[in-house]
This record gives sequence, structure tokens and C-alpha cells, in this order.
Amino acid sequence: MSTTSPLRPRRSPLLTGLMILYLAYTLIPLLWLFLSATKTQGDLLSSPGLWFGHRFALFANIRDTLTYNDGIFLRWLGNTLLYVVVGAGGATLLATAAGYGLAKYKFKGRRAVFAVLLGAVAVPGTALAVPTFLMFSHLGLTNTVWAIIIPSLVSPFGLYLMWVYASDAIPHDLLEAARIDGAGEVRIFFTVALRLLAPGIVTVLLFAVVSTWNNYFLPLIMLSKPNLYPLTVGLTQWSNQATGVGARPIYNLVITGSLLTIVPLVVAFLLLQRFWQSGLTAGSVKQ
Amino acid sequence: MHRDTKGWIFVGPFLAVFALTFLAPIGYAIYLSLFREQAFFGGNVFVGLDNYADVIADSKFWESFLRVLSFLVVQVPVMLILALLAALAIDSARLHGASFFRIVIFLPYAVPGVVAVLMWGFIYGDNFGLAADLNNLLGSTAIKPLSGHWMLPSIANIVTWEFVGYNMLIFYSALRTVPEELYEAAAIDGASALRTVRAVKLPALRGAVVIATIFSIIGSFQLFNEPNILRTLAPNVITTYYTPNMYAYNLSFAGQQFNYSATVAIVMGVITAVIAYVVQLRGTREAL
Repeated sequence: MSTTSPLRPRRSPLLTGLMILYLAYTLIPLLWLFLSATKTQGDLLSSPGLWFGHRFALFANIRDTLTYNDGIFLRWLGNTLLYVVVGAGGATLLATAAGYGLAKYKFKGRRAVFAVLLGAVAVPGTALAVPTFLMFSHLGLTNTVWAIIIPSLVSPFGLYLMWVYASDAIPHDLLEAARIDGAGEVRIFFTVALRLLAPGIVTVLLFAVVSTWNNYFLPLIMLSKPNLYPLTVGLTQWSNQATGVGARPIYNLVITGSLLTIVPLVVAFLLLQRFWQSGLTAGSVKQ
Repeated sequence: MHRDTKGWIFVGPFLAVFALTFLAPIGYAIYLSLFREQAFFGGNVFVGLDNYADVIADSKFWESFLRVLSFLVVQVPVMLILALLAALAIDSARLHGASFFRIVIFLPYAVPGVVAVLMWGFIYGDNFGLAADLNNLLGSTAIKPLSGHWMLPSIANIVTWEFVGYNMLIFYSALRTVPEELYEAAAIDGASALRTVRAVKLPALRGAVVIATIFSIIGSFQLFNEPNILRTLAPNVITTYYTPNMYAYNLSFAGQQFNYSATVAIVMGVITAVIAYVVQLRGTREAL
């Protein structure tokens, strides 16, 4: 990291103070969520929001969340992982290959590809949801995992990022040298290009993981069987259950389940920050 | 650049899935919008642009449209200015622990939108939320984030909380690409910190601001998750046509009016695309 000014300005307590205020706004809801996950339902109602309750019930809550309704939460977690691994993994692979192809080959129709992609990105994703649902239901794909996985495979933002990244990260001479050595195009991609693209790939993968992990609208319309739900749809169903007529509210499970849903992504972002931050910076060079 | 049709090997698979999940649904939606279900006889009849005429004359549609419009003219500037200030502060080298601020402010982006809404929904609630605590503290009942006029600002707060960090990172990444020589030149000219921001940093951010604005506008017009989830907490405040997207959704999945729903979706898509295009044109022509 370099400083942006050659003069190395003095640290400002005022600026730091203002940023701490914003930090509080960012963190207080998450703190509330964590503290609430440590409370029993009774304590939720009777204790202050930003402090612990009488009993520290975090582990009891986690156990209840994981075992409620024959462990349906674990099933939802497994579904989410499946959608993330296949959907985000596939999206990253497709975007990487296509970005590389657009950046490093000049072929007929390349400009048309750009035009179509840019046009399509402006179309609101949810405008596509209803027709996609009807199409998939004709094809017999609704209420299957494919209804979630196939639409997740396309990431125009990922393609854009990989295209910009590949333009800079892979020298043409290196590809030419590999061609002179007699390597095929596909082999060059897997043996030469992929390694150079690694930071860009981590960035695209991470953002694809976030968008599939957080996917709500698509599974909401595509799936009606609870055993196919991802965590997002499952949690809202639990939450709705609390307000239904004659239903037993399970606030503590919704809150603890929410906390458990956040943790993996936060950990992934913290552990991988070196990679995705460098990937993003490179991606913005050509804005 | 290598002249070779072999480029299609790499672009082809992406385009195939893209055609299936983007182009085909768009085409199908256009097709649907030109037909109407016969109430008594069954089957679809071709009605030309009648569905579009109905949407244009539909007061529910315009009410929902104006609601997201009023939402976005306030929420998007507030969010982007907060993100811009945070990015400038983190980039200024005047901050203690700048990298810590950067990662923590970004964190809400990693929180699934659904969880963010559930969490804020509880916090807003008068059962065991912070709103209830605040009311107890003040001895009032004035703070009701989930009622009438409070609802839209409450939703705006959730969206802002979720996306300031993401936009901050876009701006921050753009700032990192400013060449060191520009800062040196500014320093030699004796430019103050604020002058450097105006003359060097803001121009460098223009492209990023245009992109962030377009994405935010598209996001606002698509508003769905937040009101749809909060609806269970406040069914009397949030109607089935609270936003255009909720309207399209409820037409389809509660009303089985697929043709009309597709028309609403297309009209919204066209409006969004036109506005995004205008913003892009203005953004690339005018200085900040």
C-alpha cells in the first residue's frame, strides 16, 4: 500500500471520529443480532436490545435451530451450498473463459456480443423472473435444483470484470510463445492463462458466491417444496410462521438462523480480502 | 489481439446459457404481453398493444412507480454521497486504521439482503426491537418505523445500510488508480487538501460514480425483497402493489394474470433502461 500523497498528511482525529460514528451505524445492527441470538424467547422480550439477557442461551439456540423440524435448517444449508458450489462455480468458469476469449481473440461478431451484453444488463433482473418462471415451468424445471442453478450460471458483471482483467494480466507474447511451442488454444487457457488470472477469478468467484448465497427472489418463485429451499427462503418462511394465525412464534430460531447464515460469508470476505481487493482495483482501471 | 475464430470456444458456452436465461425470457415476455387469457372460453387471444394501453392507464402501476421514484431521488444520492465521503476519508491517509474502516464498512454487503431485512424488521418492531428500547428511554411512543409514512424511509435505511460499503469500495478502487504524479503536481502547486479532492480526485471518480448511479437506479426500480419481507410485519401499510416489482409478482403468483404481469415487467424494464441510458449519456458528457 502506498500513501496517496507525497506529503504524508497528519492523521486527523476529527475525521477518525466521524468515521467511528459511521462504523457504529454499520455494526450496531449486527451487534444486536448477535446479542439477540444469545437470548431465550422470554429474555428477548424483557431485556434491553443491546445487552445480554438473564441466560446465555446461544448454544441452546444454535442446537434448537439445527434440530427444529427434523433438522430442516441443515437441509436448507446443504441446498444453499449446492446452489453456491455449482451455480457460483459454474458462473465463474463461464465468465472467466468468456472474458478471456473476448480480451484475447479477435473474431467476427465480437462487437455484437458486447452490444447484446450491455443491453441485457440494463434489463432489470426481476423483469425476467416471471417469464423465466413460465418458461421453466413449461420445461418441467420448476421445483428442481436446476431452476436455481441454471440462471445463476450467468454473471454479466463477472464477465465484464474478467474481460478487463484478462486484457491487462495476460501478455500477448506469452500466448504467442505457447502457440509456437505447439500448444492448443484450450490447453493454453488451462495451463498459461488461468494462473495469471487467479486474482481476478477469486474476485469474480466471491461476488458470484455472494449473489447465489443471497438469492431470494428466484427460489421464492421457482420452488414450492420446502426441502429444496435455500436458507434465505427458509428463514423468511420461519419468520412468516411467527405472524401466522395460531402459530407458535420462533423468533429465537429466526434470529439465530440469521446469524448462522451471515457467518460463512463474513469469514470468507475477511480471509480472502487480499485477493478480491486487488482484483477489484485492477477491474476499475478501465472505467 | 489474436485473429482467430477459436475465440468462440471460450465465449460460446457463456453465450449459450445467456441466451437461455436472458434473451429467451425477454422474447417470451414480449410474446406474452401481446396476448390475453379468455375468461370464459379459455385459451389465449392476440390483443396487440391492449395490455400496454391498460398498464399506461393503470393507477396502481403509477402509484407504485411514483413510490420507487420518490424513494430513489432521496435514497440514491444519500447513499452515494455517504459512500463517496467514506472512500475519500479512507483514501486520504488522514485516518487512523484506514484498512480496518474499509473492511468493516464493506461488511454489510456480505449480509444476505433477506437477513438484513429480517434483522432490521425486528429492530424496528415494538416487541423487542431497538425502536421499543428507544421509546422506553424517551418515555414516548413516537418512534414507529413500520407505520404509514415511516415505512419508505425505513426501507431506504435498510438499503443504505446494505450498499454504502459496496459503493464505497467501487469509489475507493477508482481512487487507487490515480497516478502518483498527479498528487505530486498538486502538491508542488501548493493545492490544499480540499482543492486536491476537487481538482484531482473527483474527476478521477467520474466513471465510477456514473456506474454506481446506474446500478443504484436499476436496483431501486427493482425494489422487492425489503417491502415483500416487511409486508408480513405491516400488511396494512405495504400493499400488494407497493413497488412495480411487487405488483408484477403479485399479479402472477396471486392473481394468475401472467400476460398482464409480463407487460408490467416490460414497461418497467423499458423505463429503467431509458433512464440508465440517459444517466450514462449525461454522466459521460458533463463534469461532476
